[in-house]
Amino acid sequence: MASYLTKSPWILHYDASSCNGCDIEVLAALTPMYDVERFGIINTGNPKHADVFLITGSINERNIEVVQSLYSQMPDPKVVVAIGICATSGGVFRECYNVSGGVDTVIPVDVYVPGCAARPESIIDGVVTALGILDKKRAAFAAGQKTAGKAGEGP
Amino acid sequence: MLMTAIYGIAFLVLAPVAGGIIAGIDRRITARMQGRIGPPLLQPFYDVGKLFEKENLQVHTTQQFYILCYLVFMAVTGVLFATGQDFLLVIFALTLAEIFIVLGAFASHSPYSHIGAERELIQIMAFEPMIILTAAGMYLVTKSFYIRDIAASAVPLIMLLPGLFIGLIYVITIKLRKSPFDISTSHHAHQEIVKGVTTDFSGPTLGMIEIAHWYETVLLLGIVYLFFAWNPVIGILVLVVVYLGEIFADNTCARVRWQLALKSSWLIALVLGFLNLGALYFLRGVI
Repeated sequence: MASYLTKSPWILHYDASSCNGCDIEVLAALTPMYDVERFGIINTGNPKHADVFLITGSINERNIEVVQSLYSQMPDPKVVVAIGICATSGGVFRECYNVSGGVDTVIPVDVYVPGCAARPESIIDGVVTALGILDKKRAAFAAGQKTAGKAGEGP
Repeated sequence: MLMTAIYGIAFLVLAPVAGGIIAGIDRRITARMQGRIGPPLLQPFYDVGKLFEKENLQVHTTQQFYILCYLVFMAVTGVLFATGQDFLLVIFALTLAEIFIVLGAFASHSPYSHIGAERELIQIMAFEPMIILTAAGMYLVTKSFYIRDIAASAVPLIMLLPGLFIGLIYVITIKLRKSPFDISTSHHAHQEIVKGVTTDFSGPTLGMIEIAHWYETVLLLGIVYLFFAWNPVIGILVLVVVYLGEIFADNTCARVRWQLALKSSWLIALVLGFLNLGALYFLRGVI
């Protein structure tokens, strides 16, 4: 049986330093045309409620801490999806003096969705791929909690 | 005595189920109103199931204790209502439950959480006068504060208390966390204060808040039903119409500022409530 986690993935969307092209496509996925709430996906805007972290745009020196902070505020199990070529590798901005590169230079990334801008269909596909990883992480997390609980029972 | 226990246990078990299904229907109808298909009917249960699978990330250890109290007292409030206890006791227990979520939100240091908590207090202030007037009005008609007596009364309360009914419908929007009064937290994704009172809660703690809200929804609809307790068929129909109206308002109204929420709620309570009670006073010889 699929876990509840894959039936109700709540999303946190952060624009690192995107041109807004990918952000518009992310939001397009929530419109009546694609309506991702059919799959229980909600755009929360709050890291403490989120399961899937969508990042668009390359990471620059000013937002490294923001991205790390958002990531650390999300409760486990969680996945990160880098959306668009800038988030994937830094894209055309990778040589810039203030850009440290793709999202994976600061936090672990689970799924890369290339494209400029990434199309809503490929974003949804990326999130669905992320759900498979999320379910594996959940199983690992549940197993980890069980062993932690047993370890805690001892004197 | 046995029946009382059965009603109490039935409420404890069935109210979250009913509340969750109401929330599911709500989300589907909301989606249809926006031209979307919407999530499955059981989505609220998936959400809460998910929340209990997540890590219990706490900003402050007292947070979870307060939220546990919120859930327990909300369930107790519902049980008091379902077993036909004193209406005033129900109101006080409801307020106590609400105060615990405010304390929980104040326990963290997030400014969004704090503003949400302050707004929640304002919402409680906006809601209280009207519901106390409702209890007073029902007492004037049925000569009892006990829910069981009010529910058993053959008097069509709606005919004698139309002002209180309208006022109650108005303020119930606040408690159901619907626009235009979803100022402390909202069901919908984005808000100017992130998620208000629930901002700093995650995982199982947030799940408990959801379950408590299901209890609350059923309790509020139960209070609305009291006006129609003399005829269950009309009662259920009115509940459906009222809830559809709330969903419609939620989808068509912008969020108001807290000043307007408070002023309008008090004005409605003052005008409709006192006119209704005054009319009852003058008609006391006739009815």
